[in-house]
Amino acid sequence: MNLSMETRENILVVKLKGELDHHSAESTRKKIDKAIIEKGSKNIILDLKELSFMDSSGIGLIMGRYKNISQKDGKLFVISGNQYVDRILKMSGLLKIIEAYPEMDTALKNI
Amino acid sequence: MERNHMKLEFLSKSKNESFSRIVVAAFAAQLDPTIEELSDIKTAISEAVTNAIIHGYEYGDGIIRIEATIEGNVIEIIVEDFGKGILNLEKAMEPFYTSKPDLERSGMGFTVMETFMDDLKVETNESHGTRIIMTKRIENLPNKER
Repeated sequence: MNLSMETRENILVVKLKGELDHHSAESTRKKIDKAIIEKGSKNIILDLKELSFMDSSGIGLIMGRYKNISQKDGKLFVISGNQYVDRILKMSGLLKIIEAYPEMDTALKNI
Repeated sequence: MERNHMKLEFLSKSKNESFSRIVVAAFAAQLDPTIEELSDIKTAISEAVTNAIIHGYEYGDGIIRIEATIEGNVIEIIVEDFGKGILNLEKAMEPFYTSKPDLERSGMGFTVMETFMDDLKVETNESHGTRIIMTKRIENLPNKER
């Protein structure tokens, strides 16, 4: 799992690359939470486009970040449009509560 | 496809989640599955192995055994641990139920296995372990997308 993060105003943009499973989810979660605190980010965008695998541990990770950020009135968006990720995202019902965009530009405009 | 069989045993370390699903996917590749079918199998294996690590052995060291059998265009995969077993199987299989909410588990493991495979059976015995038996039929359409 390769993680890159950048801050745009009050938005933490996280790009995930590789495989998101139980093994990689734990360190990924810690890095994201640390960045949110350090940068004081209000909103978060998780870019899942470069993931080659995601299981329900990824769903748990997204749900957990969503809960934390919405408690502070922030927003969490995901960028997807990837066959490895979309099926489980839809199945989990996560897309009923979280907004997903195919491109970063549209997500940044709407946040 | 003539009958084929494989068996794999490994330690219940989270590093092995990726290893085990790749091995099973490589075995299943003989059936010439689509990318989506292969991805479904990998995800189901990952869920079963993760369950064994977190719940079966509660992060302790134990053996996880995977057996896969190909018969015709059907693959049967058994993921087995020898850990503590599932106390309330009915509850464990409910979508979104997790016995470990503090670990940010989504409670979707069995639902994923059920959805992504054609058939799912779970056998569990307190303090003896859990056996998950899953099958998937690989559609052998001549013009299927690869």
